[in-house]
Amino acid sequence: MTVRYRKERLDRGIKARCEDMFALSSYREMLYLLLPRVLPVVALLTFPLLKGVVGLYWEKVLVITCAIGLLALSWDLMASVGLVSLGQALFFGAGAYLTGFLNNSLGWPCFLTIPCGTVGGALFCTFLLLPVLRLRGVYFAIVTLTLPLLLTRFIEASKILGGNQGLSALSPLPNIWFEIYVPVLAVLVCLFGFRRLINEDYGLVLQGIRDNDLAVMSGAINIYKFKAQAVFIGGVAGAFAGAFMTHYYQFVGMPAFALDYSILPLTCAVLGGVGAFAGPTLGAFILVPLSEALRAFGTLRVVFYSAILIICIVGLPEGIFHYIQRKYHQFERMVEVG
Amino acid sequence: MDNAEGQVILKVESTSKRFGGLLAVDKVSFHVEKGELLGIIGPNGSGKTTLVNLITGFVRPDSGKVFFRGSDITGKKPYHIAELGMARTFQMVKPFYQLPAFKNLIIPLYSPRVKKLRGGKYGERDDVAIDLLEEVGFERDSFVPYKVASSLPHGYLKRLELARCLALRSDLLILDELFSGMSMSEVASTLPIIERLNGEGLSIIMVEHRLRELFRAADRVITLNFGRKIADGSPQEVMESETVKAAYLGTEAEG
Repeated sequence: MTVRYRKERLDRGIKARCEDMFALSSYREMLYLLLPRVLPVVALLTFPLLKGVVGLYWEKVLVITCAIGLLALSWDLMASVGLVSLGQALFFGAGAYLTGFLNNSLGWPCFLTIPCGTVGGALFCTFLLLPVLRLRGVYFAIVTLTLPLLLTRFIEASKILGGNQGLSALSPLPNIWFEIYVPVLAVLVCLFGFRRLINEDYGLVLQGIRDNDLAVMSGAINIYKFKAQAVFIGGVAGAFAGAFMTHYYQFVGMPAFALDYSILPLTCAVLGGVGAFAGPTLGAFILVPLSEALRAFGTLRVVFYSAILIICIVGLPEGIFHYIQRKYHQFERMVEVG
Repeated sequence: MDNAEGQVILKVESTSKRFGGLLAVDKVSFHVEKGELLGIIGPNGSGKTTLVNLITGFVRPDSGKVFFRGSDITGKKPYHIAELGMARTFQMVKPFYQLPAFKNLIIPLYSPRVKKLRGGKYGERDDVAIDLLEEVGFERDSFVPYKVASSLPHGYLKRLELARCLALRSDLLILDELFSGMSMSEVASTLPIIERLNGEGLSIIMVEHRLRELFRAADRVITLNFGRKIADGSPQEVMESETVKAAYLGTEAEG
């Protein structure tokens, strides 16, 4: 008689759990919880130290990855209030141009321009989006898609901020460590900060607005105020990416409003998994390096890139992060049947 | 009615609302006294829910005025009106399906109004929420308040709506067909809660199709038909009114 097996899945995990409090009883359980959080942090922090081994090229890829990761995080925060944006380039470009202007015209050093560009850029975008916060779904998406395009043409036509030449010869960042560690830290701060925020009561209100804004309104909460705050918080992350990259490239021009900065964060979020912040970050850390690694294929690069993207999205529609998370919390073992 | 002071908490002055060719609410005027339980009845499509939406600011009236505690609230935003102390339930339940039941109440508990009245920090609100849910009949011992809203039966979701209103500690409660979709036993256990709240001095407007329960609880009942008010009086008077009977049963008389 043949023995047949069947795969059994069991939920792993810590049973004595109450909201945010974990009853930890052993090092094993502590590791179980800490490992997935600490491992990426350690990996990100040590990667720059290995620049002798991996080469400066990949360190530069890391910086770009972080910038896209920040945009993806800002996309996800806006999506968690139900504002689906197709225009993260708006935040990137606003932060970038403001920083460039402050450095070029006023001669401020990068320690001043980056914070001012970040906050100022986010404020500018929030005020710009204020009238359309009552829009939802595709209507909001279309407005955000057009705004960066509008600003590009406005700069080109009015010849302000360097017109289509952009502003060049901006002051460089002080040193290589600053160059690499600042974006890495920014990603980590945003990732864990946003995760914390969304689990607070404040974040609950944001999620409530996404699920059912009428019910939130009947709960005596001004939803437009919360939406504007979410846009600002998300905008800070996006504008910081722009502000930093301006000094990194020592140039700011119309490419700052390019469609890439709108579409790529969205793709990262969809690939990695919407709604947990770790997903979009993971998506960025897969897509951007992948795009670089495929350079060896020359002109076929986009073909391979797209093919991998399609396979991932069709195969794991919930997103890579949610898949990994689910698997991490499950046992799989073979049990005899019959 | 039995309130000695007889203060008017809500006053609606000939409000009208037209949706295209349909006159949903036609010059309706009425008032609610402090501590009163007012019932609103009417056949399907007679404008009851539109009237509730007009009062609570979800729909802007074409004409007429709404006064709440003496101040004009016509055309104000729903969250502003809620903040002044008017809470409503929705006929179609609107819970946050992905959240546990008690987390649903965190949202009104986080509003400026409740923060001012009750204070509370992150974590403390959870206890308040669970107490409120127990008040409307969520069994704490069997962990019903901790269940995800999407897994709860319809009757619980209706009572979750009620708890969300209670969380606001409002002065006027508007229940839009709270009992529809509830089982007989759920109605039997919810009605005493409403009667108790009313006994404690809360003013309540009940829009209802379950006339027997409504007539038992209400101090006064108004009747709508084709957007017009056709009766206003004690449950006894309304029950015996010929125009109301005609509206419901559809004899030769029409509004």
